[in-house]
Amino acid sequence: MKKERVLVQCTVNGKEVAEYVDPGESLLEMLRNRLGLTSVKKGCEVGECGACTVIVDGETIDSCIYLAVWAEGRNIRTLEGLEKNGELTRIQEAFIEEGAVQCGFCTPGFIMSATVLLEKGEVLTREAIKKQMSGNLCRCTGYQNIVNAVEKVMKENADQK
Amino acid sequence: MYDIENYYNAETIKEAVTLLKEHPEARIISGGSDVLIKIREGKLAGTSLVCIRDIKELKGIIKMDSGDIYIGAGTTFSHITSDPVIQENIPVLGEAVDQVGGPQIRNIGTIGGNICNGAVSADSAPALFSLNAMIRTADGSGGRTVPIHDFYLGPGKVDVKPGELVTHILIPEKEYTGYHGHYIKYSMRRAMDIATLGCCVVSRINPSANILEDIRITFGVAAPVPLRCVKTEEALKGSPVNEKLYQAIEDKVREEIHPRDSWRASREFRLQIGGEIARRALERTVELAAGGERK
Repeated sequence: MKKERVLVQCTVNGKEVAEYVDPGESLLEMLRNRLGLTSVKKGCEVGECGACTVIVDGETIDSCIYLAVWAEGRNIRTLEGLEKNGELTRIQEAFIEEGAVQCGFCTPGFIMSATVLLEKGEVLTREAIKKQMSGNLCRCTGYQNIVNAVEKVMKENADQK
Repeated sequence: MYDIENYYNAETIKEAVTLLKEHPEARIISGGSDVLIKIREGKLAGTSLVCIRDIKELKGIIKMDSGDIYIGAGTTFSHITSDPVIQENIPVLGEAVDQVGGPQIRNIGTIGGNICNGAVSADSAPALFSLNAMIRTADGSGGRTVPIHDFYLGPGKVDVKPGELVTHILIPEKEYTGYHGHYIKYSMRRAMDIATLGCCVVSRINPSANILEDIRITFGVAAPVPLRCVKTEEALKGSPVNEKLYQAIEDKVREEIHPRDSWRASREFRLQIGGEIARRALERTVELAAGGERK
């Protein structure tokens, strides 16, 4: 059966977009294939690895198990939307400083999870940070440096207050 | 791309029930973290879907005038955990659903989906059983109220009839006032894992007499459906709170649960762990009743 496409209008990284999508299309596929946002990685495709993590209305989700049609009217943020005038955000810089990037495949997902966490403004213990980052897997197993980077920025933010 | 035959979107409960009656072959989808995986695995490939995630009436938590707590079926795990009504009145439920998957899954998965999926390992189930939750459905002609104990029929099978939709969960006031609860999930990993065994104890202690007045013990993954340890509960009610009680819960629970061998864990291992986590959960509720702080 030929499926009719559905119009989805939403905000992606601050810009209004309108795309005709297939009802069976995932948000991951829409972001990568229609909008060229290739920071959104296709990993496990079953919501376990977090490589496809994006922020929808302020909450992280795995875009592989989220239908594109559900994006209607929502505000979506991907890694591409973080930099301002070519400048990285503080958490992105901290990932570089702490050597939190190995092969880099998991990095965009981790940065999105860390971004939401830091925007909440809470100061968490190392254990609590790990729990909040537990939906992202790093196959290079570079977790210590990733947690170091998040902890560092969280501490900086707290000191500035 | 998911293999979906037809996709119908409902914006009200009424619309959803009408769509379900018109398309009896369609599956309900809400958060999608179970249904989409099953489509991907092929188990539900080619299915039609009735999507209920835009139905506002299905979301949110309210403490009603009666004192009963209303939890919309479409409320996500993370919203349950952060909700002030839950934190103040039934924190055990918020803590239990905070152990589902990881943050991204808790942001999309819903409590209604968790129970309708019928998995015995559902992290919400032991807490809902120990709180004597009532499940409310809509079917276009009044709907039904089903105690959660009768809702689970078998592995992956729950009491939802064709053309019916779970709208909310009610926790009656008398079932939580004066009670303290604790849920322990035993799994191989601390996150992104399914429970090898889970146990929720909800107890009411008389602090001046140091007596266990009431107790409800529920296990996930110890039988084909979540299991209330009724015999153990009856044997323990009225006991003084001391080491003898803790030893008794451990021993009696091991006689009452029927865990199975699976690749996750052997029967013997689950029996050993079962006694241990029931004891620890009860000990924790005693601490909470004595004014212990929530972690």
